[in-house]
Amino acid sequence: MAHTSQFCTFYLDKLLFGVELKGVQEVIRSLEMTKVPLAPSVVSGLINLRGQIVTAVDLRRRLDLDPRAQGTLAMNVVVRSEDGAVSLLVDEIGDVVEVEGDSFEAPPETLRGSVRSMILGVHKLKDRLLHVLDIEKACQMTDGAETAIGR
Amino acid sequence: MNETDIVKDFLVESYENLDRLDRDLVGLEKNPRDKDCLAGVFRTIHTIKGTCGFLGFNKLEKVAHVGENLLTRLRDGQLALNPEITTALLGMVDAVRQMLKEIAETGQDGEVDYPELRETLTRLQGAALAPTRAANDTASGAAKAAQAEGFSPGEDAAGADRASAIQPDEIGPAPAVAATGTNKGPAKESELRPRETVAETIRVGVNVLDKMMTLVGELVLARNQLLQISNTVEDAGLQAVSQRMNLIASELQEEVMKTRMQPIGNIWNQFPRTVRDVALGCGKEVGIEMEGKETELDKTIIEAIKDPLTHLVRNSVDHGIEVPEERVKAGKDRTGRLILRAFHEGGQVIIEISDDGAGLKEEQIRKKAVERGVVTADQVARMTEREIFNLIFLPGFSTAEKVTNVSGRGVGMDVVKTNVERIGGNVDLQSTPGRGTTVRVKIPLTLAIIPALVVTCAGERYAIPQVSLLELVRLEADEVTKGIELVHGAPVYRLRGRLLPLVYLNQELKLESDSRQAATGDGAVNIVVLQADERQFGLVVDQINDTEEIVVKPLRKQLKTVKTFAGSSIMGDGRVALILDVLGLAQRASVVTETRDRSLTEKTSEAAGTEEGKQTFLLFAGPGDSRMAIPLGTLARLEEFPVSHVEMSGSQWVTQYRGQILPLIRLTVALEERRNRLRALQAPPAADSGPIQVLVLNHDGRSFGLVVDRILDIIDDRADVRSAATRANVLYSAVIGERVTELLDIPAILRNADRNTTESTLATRSAEVAN
Repeated sequence: MAHTSQFCTFYLDKLLFGVELKGVQEVIRSLEMTKVPLAPSVVSGLINLRGQIVTAVDLRRRLDLDPRAQGTLAMNVVVRSEDGAVSLLVDEIGDVVEVEGDSFEAPPETLRGSVRSMILGVHKLKDRLLHVLDIEKACQMTDGAETAIGR
Repeated sequence: MNETDIVKDFLVESYENLDRLDRDLVGLEKNPRDKDCLAGVFRTIHTIKGTCGFLGFNKLEKVAHVGENLLTRLRDGQLALNPEITTALLGMVDAVRQMLKEIAETGQDGEVDYPELRETLTRLQGAALAPTRAANDTASGAAKAAQAEGFSPGEDAAGADRASAIQPDEIGPAPAVAATGTNKGPAKESELRPRETVAETIRVGVNVLDKMMTLVGELVLARNQLLQISNTVEDAGLQAVSQRMNLIASELQEEVMKTRMQPIGNIWNQFPRTVRDVALGCGKEVGIEMEGKETELDKTIIEAIKDPLTHLVRNSVDHGIEVPEERVKAGKDRTGRLILRAFHEGGQVIIEISDDGAGLKEEQIRKKAVERGVVTADQVARMTEREIFNLIFLPGFSTAEKVTNVSGRGVGMDVVKTNVERIGGNVDLQSTPGRGTTVRVKIPLTLAIIPALVVTCAGERYAIPQVSLLELVRLEADEVTKGIELVHGAPVYRLRGRLLPLVYLNQELKLESDSRQAATGDGAVNIVVLQADERQFGLVVDQINDTEEIVVKPLRKQLKTVKTFAGSSIMGDGRVALILDVLGLAQRASVVTETRDRSLTEKTSEAAGTEEGKQTFLLFAGPGDSRMAIPLGTLARLEEFPVSHVEMSGSQWVTQYRGQILPLIRLTVALEERRNRLRALQAPPAADSGPIQVLVLNHDGRSFGLVVDRILDIIDDRADVRSAATRANVLYSAVIGERVTELLDIPAILRNADRNTTESTLATRSAEVAN
């Protein structure tokens, strides 16, 4: 990451996350969702994105964060993964942020567990840290805990 | 499909394969340990070799064959990949490409058969693990060979010229590419594609069709919304436009759908030739039979299963069926039978390839599996026969005694399995020693449209493929406690005297609501009687909505682990609904166990099915609580319409049903005394009454609905205690289900209804004239 790169940012439990802009298909407000019984709990459901059925992944659960407060609507960040489009459910959408390559740092060794594999590192912004998410890893539909056990 | 078509397909396919081969080989050079990549290369060459084998391109086959031999050694780790080998292999790819070009232009695979290249490839095989020779030497040798034979400048330029003569607009770029093509390896793929002079058909990428399909689906949804709006707005212009939009969208949807569907016969048609050639090659006599040729499959699926099926067919002939002498000795016909069968079942397409050959030898597979280290001796000892048979689908497994040209390289069956599984299907094999082998390929209807029953459970809708549906049973609240019994805790329902195991959808899916509680509380219980793998079970749901034609969309790869769902679909209101996989659900609920005893189930179903002389009747209530029946076979569907959907066409009740106007005949009117009939006929439906029950019947190519008061039951009975009819439109009275029941005369009802309508129209007219 020598040059500048652009990130689509969003918030989860007050933390700032970002995915590379070129991996993002679109950002949309909350859509009606169909639950998938028996599916891993990170799968929030299926949404109809203009005729395309897209799986929605609850990022909070995927990242082992506290569940979203009842009644608050999640936003959809639709990303392109190897296996087609996936919608990541987030609390709130942030700006598109442009960062220099030298502000990047790998996650500290003390960050452990399944979450570590999903967070590529952080960009040190002026006032806060931007967590860089690995899209492919984030789209995997196993629960955080299950990945840790090495299912 | 004639032979030139096959050749054309082969060419297009091979060009694609070769391009991938170039990429893979180069990638492999960078990372020689990539086993998957190597296996991919091997399969590609194997496919090319196999196909040109039966198309009769012997020179091409020869070249591919030596290449494959070399690759086999690489794959088995007897040889390590080095630049020398890569160069030689790339030389082979170039040679194959050159020969394909010859085939495209002349229909023959050329004069040269590349002795030098083949020698190089053979020598490299022998070089084994001690590559002492100077790498440069052979590498340049192979390159020279490729250049001298494959890409002599004159020939290539001539080819390009010929091509540009057909398509003058490409005169500019073509020679330029040809010029560069002479001194480096492969020329651009587009330059080598066979030129079409007549363009009556266009090859369109499946992804384009997919996109179109998706967009049309969206268009249909938008149309539905528009129709709803236009119904509430009083605007003639808007209504006219939305009406036209409606028709156009429906037609467009139909046409787009058609572009994707193909009968499986399209790929089967080449099998007789395949079978003949393979049989000839190994001195066998084989006849091929096909059933269900017209079974339509989505284009993507057709393409994906073509190779696996070809493999299976070749395998059956090569390994399954014995040579004539052996067959005669075993008391069989000299000529072996190969049967291909395709049909829809449970929302899936099933393709069976059966032969009446020697069957699989369990002992031999056991031995081979252990020998090859596929499984341990311990594991094998614990396996069932069926599990052992299915071992042959593992990579690196082959039971053929010797490696023949056709098969026996241990590549066939695992490729079949991978390819079928890639499209979400599965392969199963059954074999009886001495009697034959049947391979059953089950594939989903990825993008097919299927009729489905939509049900609700815990507030979510689920679609059940109609093919698995047998009937619907509704138990009113007061019947529930009596109707549902427990066999040591397992709920069952007595359906016409037989116990039907009940499965509660909400429990199986771990959903919040509890149908069982709802049942004991206030509500009635809805049982959907389903068939899964020869077993019946009742699925209890909260609510039964309607039947709909749905577009099946596959689930994401990672959700495929949830075996209870076959896919998803977008409903009329734009929301997503899941499609239940009836077999998966049945397995989950242990209705069918995966390793069930087949013979047992067959026996029981036989015993149940063939009680002689019995007929199935639909029973319903006639006027004055009389019991009436029709044979179930005459019934197309049971429907329920709200009274508001009944319209008057003249004096005839009609309703709009599946894009048609369905005339409705009321049973009460049909059975009325003639003199009262006219008056009754003209009465419009009472607006405040509840929904009407309609039996949709087909007779002589006409559809009509028979309005009845109440549907009672479906009963199997001989109905041999009979007496003559006592009123018009009735065939006879009979004892069905231990009670006297009148059998309706449907043709007579139709005839009389026609007459009534005419009379009533005349009566109305004369009344008007009189006024």
